[in-house]
Amino acid sequence: MDFNDTKEEAEFRAKARAFLDKHLKPLAKGEANNMLSERDDRDSITRAKAWQATKYDNGWAVLTWPKEFGGREATPIQSVIWNQEEAKYRVPPAIFGIGLGMLGPTIMTHGTQEQKDKYIKKMARGEEVWCQLFSEPAAGSDLAGLRTSAVKKGDDWIINGQKIWTTGAHFSKWGMIVTRTDPTVAKHAGLTYFIVDMESPGVEIRQIKQINGGSGFNTVFFTDVKVPDSNRLGRVGDGWRVALTTLMNERASIGGGGGGLRTEDLIRQARNAELNGKPALEDSAVRQKIADFYIRSSGLKYTGYRTLTALSRGTTPGPESSIGKLVGAPMGQEVAAFAMELQGLAGGELGAAQEAYLGSPGLRIAGGTDEIMRNILAERVLRLPPEPRLDKETAFKDIPTGPATK
Amino acid sequence: MNFDFSEDQKLLQKTARDFLAEHSPLQVNRNVLESGKDWNSDLWKQTAEMGWQGAAIPESYGGAGFGYLELALIATEVGRAIAPIPFAASVYLATEAILLAGNDAQKKKWLTALASGAAVGTLALAEGLGFPSPASLKTTYSGGKVSGKKIGVPGGNIATVAVVAAKSGSGVTLALVDLSSGGVTRKPTESIDPTQAVAELEFTGAPAEVLGAEGKGHELLETVLDRAAVLLAWEQLGGAERSLELTRDFAMGRYAFGRPIASFQALKHRMADEYVAIELAKSNCYWGVWALENNDPELALAAPAARVSATQAFDLASVEMVQIHGGVGFTWEYDCHLFYRRAKQQGLVIGTASNWREKLVQRLAAKAAA
Repeated sequence: MDFNDTKEEAEFRAKARAFLDKHLKPLAKGEANNMLSERDDRDSITRAKAWQATKYDNGWAVLTWPKEFGGREATPIQSVIWNQEEAKYRVPPAIFGIGLGMLGPTIMTHGTQEQKDKYIKKMARGEEVWCQLFSEPAAGSDLAGLRTSAVKKGDDWIINGQKIWTTGAHFSKWGMIVTRTDPTVAKHAGLTYFIVDMESPGVEIRQIKQINGGSGFNTVFFTDVKVPDSNRLGRVGDGWRVALTTLMNERASIGGGGGGLRTEDLIRQARNAELNGKPALEDSAVRQKIADFYIRSSGLKYTGYRTLTALSRGTTPGPESSIGKLVGAPMGQEVAAFAMELQGLAGGELGAAQEAYLGSPGLRIAGGTDEIMRNILAERVLRLPPEPRLDKETAFKDIPTGPATK
Repeated sequence: MNFDFSEDQKLLQKTARDFLAEHSPLQVNRNVLESGKDWNSDLWKQTAEMGWQGAAIPESYGGAGFGYLELALIATEVGRAIAPIPFAASVYLATEAILLAGNDAQKKKWLTALASGAAVGTLALAEGLGFPSPASLKTTYSGGKVSGKKIGVPGGNIATVAVVAAKSGSGVTLALVDLSSGGVTRKPTESIDPTQAVAELEFTGAPAEVLGAEGKGHELLETVLDRAAVLLAWEQLGGAERSLELTRDFAMGRYAFGRPIASFQALKHRMADEYVAIELAKSNCYWGVWALENNDPELALAAPAARVSATQAFDLASVEMVQIHGGVGFTWEYDCHLFYRRAKQQGLVIGTASNWREKLVQRLAAKAAA
């Protein structure tokens, strides 16, 4: 039992470092890559594309992909090592993750040769950004309940509807969209998957303003958007199976863990805040809470190490890796609330803890809500029975719905 | 990254599991509970023959000389079986104290007997309600003799040797007392888990040897408790895992409203939460045993982390075990109470989760100030 690289891992790490050293500046102490806020700025998108091209041309862009698509068929642990090393340098924002992590592999699995030739290299080299058009205002956790329609007209399909929570739609060239092509059959059976040109007439992209004032996501309206049949991915009615490929490639959050908790910061804040006439750090309730955060956070950190060990041994971590998000996201919210409470009467004044508090609900919802994560653990790890489904065999058009939301 | 046990170690764990499935099914725990006996002494002899009590004791003192990774896996199996033997008191507390600080003669005499199962050890620490501090200890050591009264001593009525925390001058001394000698009176007291017996031990000038250096016992005690915390956490983890497995199996087979109750989200989510608590505890236990095996200073942080999260996991899993079983979970006949009792006994015996959180923050604050 140790935390060291194997000989092969150490060699790979050294190679990765040599390449990174040649092209990038290491982060200074305390400096962090600000991944989200930079996304909208045109200059950082240009820099991101340039860095992706450099990586691709040197064989470091799509490590785990097959060689025929520009990859090096690296193992998952090598991919983790690369990510660990790249994170130590000043890099432009990562705007290709959804395409490279989820959409590329979906085209490789279900695309025609023509589609693979047309899209994959430009995606891998960062020449074209991709986005994923799955969720809808009335279909989130229950994705197969989506209502955006596609109707065949000659050699084209006409798409109408609304997608939401689309990261990067406003700078993407292509989107991958799941639509309903037959509402008269059961809900999973009536779906079809397409590649859509985001510059098509009838595509309207609006940024969503979040609780915290930020706008990382979009809602996308489709009004009579024409998509050629040659952009269909998989058979008509087979969209759910294709979508599952995309979802299964959603990268498991590996390593790191701990929700970014810095115990030293909490202790310093507790030392500087006053409570009952003495430093809050002397208060027993405060101390118990700090300990509790530390213990959950170390539990996550070492769960990450166990996952890395599984990867290092060539086994795939199972759905148990969902505990990282299920524990880390609510804890981020609790830690932020605790930091504000330490500030006491002045805790309402907007600062880092308050920003974190306002931003934290998103992480408990994105990529599977806390409740969906619990279902996954209950059903796939503990093998408890699935929810009874009232809508599974019913024609989609006959499934009851609630009133339209805003 | 190689943060896992080796194949050989996992094989040892499987052997331990198979052995206990045969020799310590839950009925063996129940027999002790219902007979009013304090333990199953045959099982104690059998596990000693397997080398378990001496897992961390070097071969030169009669042990198996395995190591802490092996002992942790044995501990987790003992916990799964809620075996009715004083494994924690003897192996994690007394044996560790003697291993850490005993002189050669003490080690020869006691480690050999502890490894063979001929001796049963314990740590006598509590004197009143709460958690004792060096200032609050009233038991004294002076000139080779110990006097004072200890309560809630784990395995106190079957132990043959005790490490006694006593005051000498301004310091603390850990004193080694042969419990068969004069000046020792025992009074068995009832335990919330009668398969983990407790007793009051009264010392009136009982002959004692100093373990380590006189007056320097406080740091030694802290180290012993840290090491025991990791090993006991592994045992608690085993109990928690078994509780969840049995709860799951029951919920799959029990039907209400035309469905297995395991299909109700209200219960699925709670079992998922138990699973999460167990996984977090397990990861902290891995960290703890890594630090223990490598004698790494991170033990000071890893031990409280393992102790608190394993206590929380076993508490949660045993409480939910009763609740999810419903009415039958409250009966003597069903096994839920065996786990419910053991979880609480283990959660208290070397200090509560709150005690260990406080200890952790003291160490974190000291580290942040340094």
